[in-house]
Amino acid sequence: MEIKEIKNLITKSASSLNIKKWDFGASFSNDFSVQVDKGEAKQLKASQKQVMTIRVWNTRNLVGITTTSDLSENGLIKALHQANIASNYGNDNEHTNFSPLSKEPIEEYNSQVNSPSGIKKLLKILRVAEEKLLKSNKAIKSIPYNGLSESFFKRVYANSDGALRSYEKSQAALYLYARAEEDNKKPRSSGSVKLGYVVDDIDIDGCILEASKKTISHLDYTAIKTGKYKICFSPEAFLTLVNAFSSIFNARSIIDGVSISDKNSLGQEIFSPSLNIYDDGLHKENISSAPFDGEGTPTKKLCIIDEGKLKNLLHSESTARIFKTNPTGHAGLGSKVSVSPDWLVIEKSKCISTLDSTLIHEKYKGEFIYIEELNAIHAGVKASQGSFSLPFDGWIYDNGKKKSIDSATVAGDFRTIIKDIINIEDEQVTTTNGISPHIWIKDLSITGDT
Amino acid sequence: MLSTELLTNEINFDETNNELLEELIKYGTSIGADFVEIFLESTDNISILAEEDCITSVSPSFGKGAGIRIFKDMKDGFVSTNDLTKKGLINAITQAVEMLDILNFSSKRSFEGFEKLRDYSTYKNNWLEKVPTIDEISDKLLLSTKALKKNKKIEVRKGSYARNWQKVIIASSDGTFAKDIRLHQTVGLNLIATDKEYRSSGSRRLGSSDNPEDFRKWNYENSANDVFESSMNMLYADYVEAGQKPVVLANKFGGVIFHEACGHLLETTQIERGTTPFANKLNKKIANESVTAIDEGISQGSFGSISIDDEGMESEKTILIKDGVLKKFISDRAGELRTGHKRTGSGRRQNYSFAPASRMRNTYIEAGEYSKDDLISSIKDGLYCKSMGGGSVGATGQFNFAVEEGYLIKDGKLTKPVKGATLIGEAKEVMTKISMCGNDLELAPGFCGSISGSVNVTVGQPHIKVDSITIGGR
Repeated sequence: MEIKEIKNLITKSASSLNIKKWDFGASFSNDFSVQVDKGEAKQLKASQKQVMTIRVWNTRNLVGITTTSDLSENGLIKALHQANIASNYGNDNEHTNFSPLSKEPIEEYNSQVNSPSGIKKLLKILRVAEEKLLKSNKAIKSIPYNGLSESFFKRVYANSDGALRSYEKSQAALYLYARAEEDNKKPRSSGSVKLGYVVDDIDIDGCILEASKKTISHLDYTAIKTGKYKICFSPEAFLTLVNAFSSIFNARSIIDGVSISDKNSLGQEIFSPSLNIYDDGLHKENISSAPFDGEGTPTKKLCIIDEGKLKNLLHSESTARIFKTNPTGHAGLGSKVSVSPDWLVIEKSKCISTLDSTLIHEKYKGEFIYIEELNAIHAGVKASQGSFSLPFDGWIYDNGKKKSIDSATVAGDFRTIIKDIINIEDEQVTTTNGISPHIWIKDLSITGDT
Repeated sequence: MLSTELLTNEINFDETNNELLEELIKYGTSIGADFVEIFLESTDNISILAEEDCITSVSPSFGKGAGIRIFKDMKDGFVSTNDLTKKGLINAITQAVEMLDILNFSSKRSFEGFEKLRDYSTYKNNWLEKVPTIDEISDKLLLSTKALKKNKKIEVRKGSYARNWQKVIIASSDGTFAKDIRLHQTVGLNLIATDKEYRSSGSRRLGSSDNPEDFRKWNYENSANDVFESSMNMLYADYVEAGQKPVVLANKFGGVIFHEACGHLLETTQIERGTTPFANKLNKKIANESVTAIDEGISQGSFGSISIDDEGMESEKTILIKDGVLKKFISDRAGELRTGHKRTGSGRRQNYSFAPASRMRNTYIEAGEYSKDDLISSIKDGLYCKSMGGGSVGATGQFNFAVEEGYLIKDGKLTKPVKGATLIGEAKEVMTKISMCGNDLELAPGFCGSISGSVNVTVGQPHIKVDSITIGGR
């Protein structure tokens, strides 16, 4: 049955329940993944999944919702019925409507529809990758966390006002996390993740090389003293931090009072004037791009921070209406619609500033800490308070030489560090989460082991 | 390739599936599998959110699906589907067998049919009718958020409720044929307090399993008072100074450290991966002799309790560590097959789309002989961690945990509140530094995310003293 027929069935069923206004988002997916252990297939997985979220509006224009994976005719009718019951408890203080952009044309979108490579091919590739990584250095004893996966999915949005849009795409991911051991030393672990539209797109050798290099580079480690240090964040680490505090430019979080920004922050300088931040979900490097959000609003590039000033917020339909603007394509689909960033692009602005351009992590001769990767974000970030205390993987640099740090945490206040930027390196680095240069911060508290 | 067909599900979720399931399992073994397992699941869930003085979200969800697992020697293939037609299930079994590349191999074990149905759901069939209605839940959540409104510094008030109802049928080629209904309810309160530049937040969550009445018994005023008091104490707190110090960890959720730092390392999946330092330490001392640790699924009403695990095995009490000596690992079917450690009724998964893995249930350190005051008065300069946040453990056993509510200990007495503390250490080191256990064991509910998804657990301990640990701060 085609999507249009599902829409027709919902139209008919909704009519029988006297539901005149509804929308739905549906996802149909096939996923395949493999894991190996020293050449042997460990677990091979496949899944076929269909999920639909239906919203209905009752005569008081209150919204009810239900999510179901039972896409039988009876299942869909039950979902409509449940959503109708839930609408009696809809939020009368903040109404939700269809996105005014749900029927706007969407930009030309490269769907990247491909065929599955097949489990046998995935297994063969991963076995070879594991073997190469194990052979890359004798200290690497195992690859305890590894996987190669391919997903093929179709997403649909439709509503009773005539909107109907869908896209199909595929996505593949390889991760290799190695464990290295040497006599009289603690085991060390690090790894790499690479994405592609299909397995053949993935830079497998690059993933092996990066996992090996990173893991081995941490074998020669040292404890560091607790204190304040000059910090250089890797592009990955800085993107992780900005994403963790993205409530600072999230309209939903601001309305709910859980952001460190407020309704008056728009136009204010909340970051260093040397920084621009965009959300660019359709960026060609974003493997996970989607042409529209959960409410059917087209995805587009949005300037969030312009020379340090908060220029735009991320919106859903209802938050945009409250702020008297248009939705920005960042909504989920829920009883209370969530808002989140897609793909952040961080860059140096053209603002004349006092950045210290001699701070280049590969050339600088003074002492500093290089934060390669931040860990345990869910536990160590207090987004509503602006504070963080996070373990990290990284190095201490001194006199041009680097040594891996045994175990340490970095702590600070996000509002302070985004104003305390002392350099933004020139090179823009593409990561799996977005694009950013290396960012230098004046000083931050580090807790080490000595 | 991507099916957008409407489905005509044929599974009835009762014993009338017997013949169909036997036919499917016979099919799996006939085309080469040593072992075939079918996990059928039907769910009916709801979550409700109250913010300030109104209900802002009512979200029901339901679904059906099957997880098919095939073993051949040490390898397993897993296929999940929500196509519950006979054709869909046969396709899933075929796909699992094809993945292992064993099509038309001969099975090492024959299937003799199911044992008598073990039905653990007989007294649970009316639970969905007995759970509180949306009206009841909404009314009580609104009372709870109102109870949080104790002064003008309270800026954000939230109350939330979630109910997960799950009906499962587990059938496998070793004769297992079991049926169960599980019910989990959680309720939580969150608030944010502000005063000029000062901000603090607080949260409390309660949870229970298999008791439809539990939400009705919830004393929301006690919860509101508790979280309010905590957020007020922390509102003007200074950041903690970093360093190495002795700490006292509170009971209840303080047990999250044992869960994360040690419990996970006692799961057979970690032995399989080679990521636990305890793999060859059975019957050896791995902790201070004051430590006896348990993982069990049998405490009535506890959030991690289960009648049977997701492989159909009855739950049990597993003594992990006795007086500091490692006695047992947490094991599932794959763990037994690959590591030799006997199953402990711990094969668990979030839902049909995950293969089961060895997972914790109710995990706790047993009570000792000391009072809380004994522990605190034994410390000259340290930290009392009254409320713990989340944490994580790395692939090499290093862990870190956020302290939500902490107080300095000076000369054996609690002094001022401090914020921003993180506890950092290594599992095998910290276990030897637990020198005193209190006499006030209590459990707290939580969700544990790992290889087989998010599962309900409890963590727990009495108050414990750790002689020295790294405290991350500013």
